[in-house]
Amino acid sequence: MRCFKADLHIHSCLSPCADIIMTAGNIIKKAVEQGLDIIAITDHNSARNVAAAVEIAAGSPLEVIPGMEVESAEGVHLLCFFDQLEQLITWQEEVYQSLPDMLNDEEYFGYQIITDQEDEFIAKEERLLATAVKMRIEDIVKKITCLGGLVIPSHIDRPYNSMLANLGFIPPEMEISILEISKHVSEKEIKERFPFIKEYSLISSSDSHYLIDIKPMMEFYMEEVSLPEIKLAVLGRNGRKSRIIK
Amino acid sequence: MRVNEIVDKLGLEVIAADSLAREVSGAYIGDLLSNVMARAEEGNLWLTIQGHQNVVAVALLADVAAVIVVEGMTVEDAAVARAEEKGVNILRSELSAYELAVKLVKMGIE
Repeated sequence: MRCFKADLHIHSCLSPCADIIMTAGNIIKKAVEQGLDIIAITDHNSARNVAAAVEIAAGSPLEVIPGMEVESAEGVHLLCFFDQLEQLITWQEEVYQSLPDMLNDEEYFGYQIITDQEDEFIAKEERLLATAVKMRIEDIVKKITCLGGLVIPSHIDRPYNSMLANLGFIPPEMEISILEISKHVSEKEIKERFPFIKEYSLISSSDSHYLIDIKPMMEFYMEEVSLPEIKLAVLGRNGRKSRIIK
Repeated sequence: MRVNEIVDKLGLEVIAADSLAREVSGAYIGDLLSNVMARAEEGNLWLTIQGHQNVVAVALLADVAAVIVVEGMTVEDAAVARAEEKGVNILRSELSAYELAVKLVKMGIE
């Protein structure tokens, strides 16, 4: 059992709201400098920069968990994680089919840039990513779970694009056991504001849109880096545990 | 004015009905359920694009007279079932919240 430092919510230059120097190589370099062991690149409704990140990380001490931040039909942001890149690619195909057929207006939303393992420009994602897919939360949770992935509602304390703001509370039947709180709130504060939160396990992430924001946000005490181990650590099971770094 | 008069005058589709004879006290428009919980008032008509099952819980909490799902949005089966179980009126219109609001004002609901 050892301690891994993690930040599971980082946007690359594929997210229109992120800084254009957030290439996979730059993110990984910064993450290694910061002493991180695990990161996830979670772009809005797309994973087209994740393969390059996984490849770059293969030559570094860092592990990249394949991920995405999808926006449900209700406007709720959900982090999704997979063990394998192939599972994420399958999920991305589903997401792309569910995105509205609109083009990105980069003057208004920003650039959506895809880069390779050398951080070289490959292409711009033409489709509008800064929007909601047509799938509802329940469907997203079911589909990702079925693919073997994990869903964690993003920044539940945020006054927009969050489960608590958009839906008022966590729908009771939903198969969700882990929630993400933003770096702007502590575990104690959120539990005081929403007492029912104590029923859930929490993670916190940087939600970085700039390199300077990347830093260790979680400590996972577990055997190895894998999605099942991370889940056990967050849930505090089988001798694994986790801690939010504040 | 009562809910059933509004249903007739605006040609609303009745998705789930409990007590359509309920008196309407005004209206509130909102899609962020957290905000609706804080702001909608008892007896209001609540106009929203949300068709999620949490709408029923928020409608009960705020004790609104009826929910009008606007723009012909889908109301989840789970929401309909819960509304019928808990006694919440859910109506639907193809019009937008604004178009409905204009009509409601002309009918004297302010």
